Amino acid sequence: MSTPTVDTAPLQRQRRHRIYLQIACVTISLSMLVPIYLISLAALSTRESLNEFPLSMLPTNISFDTLYAFLSSTGIFGALGNSVLVGVGTLALSAVIGIPGGYALARFAFPGKEPYQLFLLFTRALPIVVLSVPLAKLFLTTGIYDTTYGVILLHTSLALPTTILISASVFLSVPVDVEEAARIFGCSPFSAFARVVMPMALPGLAAASIFTFVMSWNEVLGASILTLDHRTLPAQVLTSLSDSPLAYRFAGGFALVIPSIIFIAFMRRYLTNMWGSTIR
Amino acid sequence: MTVQSPPVSPAAVQAAPRPRRVPPAVWLIGPSIVFMSLLLGWPVVQGVLQAFQNEQGFTLEYVNRMVEDPYFWPAVRNTVLLIAVMIPLQFGIAIAMALLLRSNPRLNKLHFFVWAIPLALSDLAAGLVWLSIFNDRGYLNSFLKGFGIDGISWLAYDNQATLFFCVLIAEVWRSTSLVLVIVVAGLQGIPKDYDEAAQVFGATFWQRLRHVTLPLLKPSLQVALILRTILAFQTFAVAQALTGQNFPLVVGETYRWYTALQNPNVAAALALVILVASMLTSIFYLRALREKGQGGKR
Repeated sequence: MSTPTVDTAPLQRQRRHRIYLQIACVTISLSMLVPIYLISLAALSTRESLNEFPLSMLPTNISFDTLYAFLSSTGIFGALGNSVLVGVGTLALSAVIGIPGGYALARFAFPGKEPYQLFLLFTRALPIVVLSVPLAKLFLTTGIYDTTYGVILLHTSLALPTTILISASVFLSVPVDVEEAARIFGCSPFSAFARVVMPMALPGLAAASIFTFVMSWNEVLGASILTLDHRTLPAQVLTSLSDSPLAYRFAGGFALVIPSIIFIAFMRRYLTNMWGSTIR
Repeated sequence: MTVQSPPVSPAAVQAAPRPRRVPPAVWLIGPSIVFMSLLLGWPVVQGVLQAFQNEQGFTLEYVNRMVEDPYFWPAVRNTVLLIAVMIPLQFGIAIAMALLLRSNPRLNKLHFFVWAIPLALSDLAAGLVWLSIFNDRGYLNSFLKGFGIDGISWLAYDNQATLFFCVLIAEVWRSTSLVLVIVVAGLQGIPKDYDEAAQVFGATFWQRLRHVTLPLLKPSLQVALILRTILAFQTFAVAQALTGQNFPLVVGETYRWYTALQNPNVAAALALVILVASMLTSIFYLRALREKGQGGKR
């Protein structure tokens, strides 16, 4: 029996394509990671080594002095606390107000559903600046200017449309059947929701909450307009930018970057679900 | 007939025939409507009043001051230029990245995680990250020095081109992951059959991209376009961190008028410029979407 000659060219071409593919992916990943590596390096270097030129690209002079100096400088520790407080407050308030709305969008056909969705889309388009300046005036007259409550209210109003849309998509992924089954077996609408739907929706809702927290954690402009002494971390860093040494700014950047890596690590399984089906 | 986009939400179809029960839904969405009317509607009205009203009534005083400010037109120019260059650039990159991920490279979960990290970064953080690279004695110049090239002052006041370049790089680096995630989600909703069918009939990669993948991806792309353009109008802290006042952007001007110049009225006027620009682009995209007719609905 003669073996047929096999044309291996297509196979080799495919193999070559795979290699190009890997190279492209690694290149993009590196371009994402190298800047993060460099800011970490800058934040963890000694002051003396930061003043040298050219800078060393390798971690030869690791020290936590710069970071420590940043964290212990006035306002930073309090700002960190404020950021957490505002983030958690925003998360709680937008969950309480937004999750019922999302549930309604997912489960009920009601008159005005289309306008409601349009309204949500419209509010997503509202820039933060437009809200911040008039809200500062309102908060001044009502006495909650320069408090974390004011910032929580602003951030909630920004996060609410997204919370509603994301929680709607989470509830859509819970089958209606299980809820109806619970009703047939004698649950009231509320207990069917609390005991059947909620446990199934919880992971998705948790991811949505992290998203809300991240949005609040990152928001700079509104927080720096609405506060003076009770700044959140980004607002504190922003307002002290112009009169602070480079080392301080790098440490500030590092302090803002690290949490985001952790957030994404928590959310990564839900990223596409959250963005995919919610917004049409 | 155009090809139907994959079903958006099976449960929505199931929910429709359920009996209409108006009251519970109203109770459920009521709080959100009240809250948003109070905290979104009221400030917009107030903002318009702040910008156009002084003690004597209607006035254009603040608008005039805004327009006559030497930073205003450069800020508008920079903002528009940044959006015009950044949006096409990052959409190209994001689509390329999403296609790379779809072809299942090794470690694709890890790559996706890394590419999504900037999603949780604030623009202030991105600005500070790139400040460590672009400043005069930063890593880029150090790197060039290693090759015996003398670096330049990337962030110098008189070098608007490199300033723009630095802000652009930092913003593209930070914000492309939002587009990426939306496009990846969109791609997941497209069955591979279409692509394979086209492949069977001998379509090249570019033909398949142009005539199969991109048309099916259009709804996701439009959402991403609306979101990204609106967010791009609000770019500000990146430029603030990288350049201080040297590269004015409209939102940065609002911040400057409010904090440094203590004039909330002009700040409100500037904010309205952003509002009008965002609204116009949203309406433009929504209309463009409707004309292309994705099932006749939004």
